[in-house]
Amino acid sequence: MKVVAKRPESLMDKPTHYCPGCTHGITHRLVAEVMDEMGIREKTVGVAPVGCAVLAYEYFDCDFQQAAHGRAPAVATGIKRVLPDNFVFTYQGDGDLASIGTAEIVHAAMRGENITTIFINNAIYGMTGGQMAPTTMIGQKTTTSPYGRDSKSAGNPIRVVEMLSTLEGSAYLARVGLFNNKEIKKAKKAIRKAFETQKEGKGFSLVELLSTCPTNWGMNPNEALDWVKSNMVPYYPLGEYRTPEGGDNK
Amino acid sequence: MTDKILMKGNEAIAEAAIKAGCRFFFGYPITPQNELPAYMARRLPMEDGVFLQAESEVAAINMVYGAAGAGARVMTSSSSPGISLKQEGISYMAGSELPGVIVNIIRGGPGLGGIQPAQSDYLQATKGGGHGDYRLLVLAPQSVQEAVDLTTEAFELADKYRNPVMILGDGMIGQMMEPVEFGEEISPEDLPKKEWATVGNKDRKPNIINSLSLQAEKLEELNIRLQKKYEKMKEEEVRVETYKTEDADYAIVAFGSMARIALSAIERAREEGVKIGLIRPISLFPYPDQVVGKVAEQVKFMLTVEMSCGQMVEDVRLAANGRCPVYFYGRSGGVVPTSQEIYEKIMELVRGEKE
Repeated sequence: MKVVAKRPESLMDKPTHYCPGCTHGITHRLVAEVMDEMGIREKTVGVAPVGCAVLAYEYFDCDFQQAAHGRAPAVATGIKRVLPDNFVFTYQGDGDLASIGTAEIVHAAMRGENITTIFINNAIYGMTGGQMAPTTMIGQKTTTSPYGRDSKSAGNPIRVVEMLSTLEGSAYLARVGLFNNKEIKKAKKAIRKAFETQKEGKGFSLVELLSTCPTNWGMNPNEALDWVKSNMVPYYPLGEYRTPEGGDNK
Repeated sequence: MTDKILMKGNEAIAEAAIKAGCRFFFGYPITPQNELPAYMARRLPMEDGVFLQAESEVAAINMVYGAAGAGARVMTSSSSPGISLKQEGISYMAGSELPGVIVNIIRGGPGLGGIQPAQSDYLQATKGGGHGDYRLLVLAPQSVQEAVDLTTEAFELADKYRNPVMILGDGMIGQMMEPVEFGEEISPEDLPKKEWATVGNKDRKPNIINSLSLQAEKLEELNIRLQKKYEKMKEEEVRVETYKTEDADYAIVAFGSMARIALSAIERAREEGVKIGLIRPISLFPYPDQVVGKVAEQVKFMLTVEMSCGQMVEDVRLAANGRCPVYFYGRSGGVVPTSQEIYEKIMELVRGEKE
């Protein structure tokens, strides 16, 4: 019998704790497939955030460190400086990266730290039960923006890749979606490119993945995917914002 | 052994760390410890090491976490307000059982405080500082030479216990110059391999550096294991010096540079026929409570002298456990008690005792 699909070797054989319809599972798989294809699993050290992916170390078959909330880029910096020949990646959500950890991510990019960041933007805090994130859309209802996010009081959502693209140390920056197969393929390509950037020692790389949180958005998985496409993509345009070759490809 | 050279405390600690095989330093500027990172910035590149000025103390301690988890001997240094910022990372290091050396060259507080020497971070250093049930090994040098020796020891202890170790100095220790000699140099390559470190999982299950335990019983298991480790430290790592306590009727308890100043007061009181000795805790955790308790049985009172409003005095009282009165004298905010003040306090208490 011909094998047409199997679990990547870089993923553990165990069920995840993620909610049904959540795109964390897809992202884990894409990262693991890239690790397999590049043959780097045994040389990779991951850094888990605080948030829904706090247990990422349970699912990847590689060495891992769990970091304090927002500090993954600093922890990854420490690892990479000791082990410059290893691959180091952080896996962070929007609360972790774009709120409490803004200093750490900006300065890791500024230094051109040769690490890769997988950034999950689902416009909400998932783990703590659906609070407003810095990436929450205007008008979006959460437990801490029950009348919808109001820009007068809570400001406007942060566009992380645009912000980081002003920094010379950012070698590869891309924003991708996961709302259909075509976009998922593009997402994988971007993740591969980010790890290749690290392999070539070009500097900091980050892929922002527009993701879903059906549970806290109060939607079914399909509605959630549609919501990404119709509400998030117009505000968070997809594309490559910085590449090692120079120029963008939005 | 090398010849003696004249060095500032901050620089001597840095050199001692390099000689102990430390090749990674992450820090952030703050007075009065700036000579330490500056020295590292100059010296580490010569040893193929890494000096990195982080964006904050918070980031610096988390870089220490990452580097320690990757198996390296690693150091950070700061002063009081900066050490407060590092507490999150220190708690995570203790919870994840990571070795590392943290230097606190204390300045007066609270808040932004000042830049003059103080000992007012004693409680923060010895009782936790960050959240959760954890302890650091805390070593307090009284001279530049001792700062060098304790730095070497700090790296050994950190690795032995897989626990962060704090060197607790003050602005005086950091800033003053004294002749020092360094011990033998340790090459990082000669250090034993850390099998638990995250370096890539070739032919083994993944190594995970982590302090998360969502199951209460599992987390309690970790806490019980940590407590056992702290008990072992109490049995094996107490460091204390006593001076003229054998025949003493009274005793002063002081640590760090305060102990040196107290010593002059003790000599003067002895000249006046007052039989007084000194207990100088060198390890502040584990605390030398047996030595303090034993001397407490013999003396009429103890006087704790500190550059604070009275922090270590709580541990002296616990150790004395009612066996003798424990008095306190201290100055704070960066004001250093003089030997004259201490002498007068001794004489006043002795007179009171005799009345």
